[in-house]
Amino acid sequence: MPNPLNPRGKKERIDALAATSADTSGGGVAVATVDDAGHVEESTGVSLVASAWQRLRRNPVFLIGLTITTLFVLLAIFAPLIAPHDPADPILLPEVRPQTNPIPPAREGFPLGADNAGRDILSRLIVGSRQTLVVGVMATLFGLLGGLTLGTLAGAFGGWVDSVVMRVVDVMLSIPSLLLAFSIAAIAARASQWTVIIAIAVVQVPIFARLLRGSMLAQRASDHVLAARALGVKESAIVFRHMLPNSLGPVIVQSTLVVATSIIDAAALSFLGLGNPDDRQPEWGQMLGKAQPYIYDHPALAVWPALCIIVVALGFTLMGESLREALDPKSRR
Amino acid sequence: MTDTLSTSQQHRNDDTPLLSVRDLRVTFHRSGEEPFVAVDGVSFDLRPGDTLGIVGESGSGKSVTSLAIMGLLPKRGVRVEGEVLYNGTNLLTLSPDQMRDRRGAELGMIFQDPLSSLNPVVPIGVQVTEVLERHRGMSRKAATPLAREMLDRVGIPDPDRRLKDYPHQLSGGMRQRALIAMALAAAPRVLIADEPTTALDVTIQAQILAVLKDLVEDTGTAMIMITHDLGVVAGLVDRVNVMYAGRVVEAAERHPLFADPRHPYTWGLLQSIPRLDGARGERLNPIPGSVSDNLPWTSACAFAPRCSQPIEVCTQRTPELVEDHGRSLRCFNPIQHGRPSPDADTTRGTSEVTR
Repeated sequence: MPNPLNPRGKKERIDALAATSADTSGGGVAVATVDDAGHVEESTGVSLVASAWQRLRRNPVFLIGLTITTLFVLLAIFAPLIAPHDPADPILLPEVRPQTNPIPPAREGFPLGADNAGRDILSRLIVGSRQTLVVGVMATLFGLLGGLTLGTLAGAFGGWVDSVVMRVVDVMLSIPSLLLAFSIAAIAARASQWTVIIAIAVVQVPIFARLLRGSMLAQRASDHVLAARALGVKESAIVFRHMLPNSLGPVIVQSTLVVATSIIDAAALSFLGLGNPDDRQPEWGQMLGKAQPYIYDHPALAVWPALCIIVVALGFTLMGESLREALDPKSRR
Repeated sequence: MTDTLSTSQQHRNDDTPLLSVRDLRVTFHRSGEEPFVAVDGVSFDLRPGDTLGIVGESGSGKSVTSLAIMGLLPKRGVRVEGEVLYNGTNLLTLSPDQMRDRRGAELGMIFQDPLSSLNPVVPIGVQVTEVLERHRGMSRKAATPLAREMLDRVGIPDPDRRLKDYPHQLSGGMRQRALIAMALAAAPRVLIADEPTTALDVTIQAQILAVLKDLVEDTGTAMIMITHDLGVVAGLVDRVNVMYAGRVVEAAERHPLFADPRHPYTWGLLQSIPRLDGARGERLNPIPGSVSDNLPWTSACAFAPRCSQPIEVCTQRTPELVEDHGRSLRCFNPIQHGRPSPDADTTRGTSEVTR
């Protein structure tokens, strides 16, 4: 995880990532060939992806991450079927007494109890996973899109285009990422789920752009791009057929890690009230925020959503890190 | 070996050069450093069907020469002077787009490392058809049978299957064959092979050289073979240019050059090749020192510190390239009859480098 308070460390880390994965295209393939040098002739193809999968399959860290994320995605998809109650329905409201009993405790049918509005916590957690998934995936997707565009521009044209794009990216990276996301979300006239998504996506753009630009530059200097030039291949084809596909590896790995960051950032924004104000649509960060007044007497109210955020973010991080390890020839044991 | 010569002599009846390099000079400029002259006044002619060898060790400027001809040197910090005339057009004055149209179609190039020269994420077939799509305006569908035929011609077995294979699925020799297929797909008239066999093992080297020789003879393509290995050029080329520190030091037809090397550098290169018919236990004679011992050409012979027979003038004046009976030589004290001249100050040359 990049330290948001240390932008220089963040830049160095991105560049290091781009540098190691630049070797993946050449070095990674070379290693794969050495692995099956004995049966090169008859092998119908152990591609880089396939050989990475061979290693991942036996990696417990990856399997744990994969299990968590799969369960999470399934939970989000089938949330309305799994949730025992309507998350917006204040069923236990009659039992809420602001002075004596603000939070109805667990009981038959409500294993985690209800919140201060008498709504079932378990159902809210289950349905809340949908918002988390949508925000995490959409923010990553938009960030990826923006980063791909900027990174391709910088890496493909080089020269002054590269300088201009990268200075913009540097400025964005120099602002701590959460602060930038807060500012963008705060500018929006009406807080909603979309402002959260866009705020987080913008924060991810420079990371993706810098990463892609780094590996594009490595590709630009590579032998196969020179060989393509020697064949008179057009510049557009060199960029989109020869440079871009070979530069995507680290970006794809980074995406899985960014999903985790996005989920945490989204929770932070909602916690501070910059998310969707409508609490009939549950969201983990928002639940966390609403639990604040009761944190001393009823810590469970905050613990459950926090636990959900931690586990899901951990799942994506474990998956991303082991993916990176599998695709990086240097970290192979 | 002899039939190579006779076939290429047939082609050579056409005496106008296809490619004519005149006084090529490549200078690298780096901020805060002296400009570095990598290629210094290189000239040669290449006629249709000719095969020219350019020989020299690392840093002699042979690869830079080929990249300059292809227009593949970076624009920034590099100055290319002189003329590269292809069919009468100076390639150095063409716009980047005009040059791009000629690369692959008129001038092809093969590189040293076949694995890294292939795009790892695109199947071989697509990489061959890409050239045909680009230069012949064919659709991928129409180009595929031609690509298949190209793979077949360069000796890749089961070309139908190989079209769909990725570079890492091929062996080293097959990768180099695939690169040759790509370079020759649009039938260029000049092929530059930059150390095409260096990354391959010896048996595969021989096969690749045989494929190149056959294709060049079949199609009448003129070839420039760049190598540091005189053994590679021995059976393949018509003429050899020996380069040292950016300049041609000796240029001659293949037979005279191998039979009677005149420049001490050429002689040293030949001496450092192991021979099967040599006496048992005989030591190889490497050329002492390295390129870093060079003197600047502007005031001396760059090779003098490593030379086996330097004389006084070698470190005082620049030797000129003198042509005599079809052989060009840049030396004050050439080798006579295959052995170092007796009046040479042999101790000085070697002791200076081995210090």
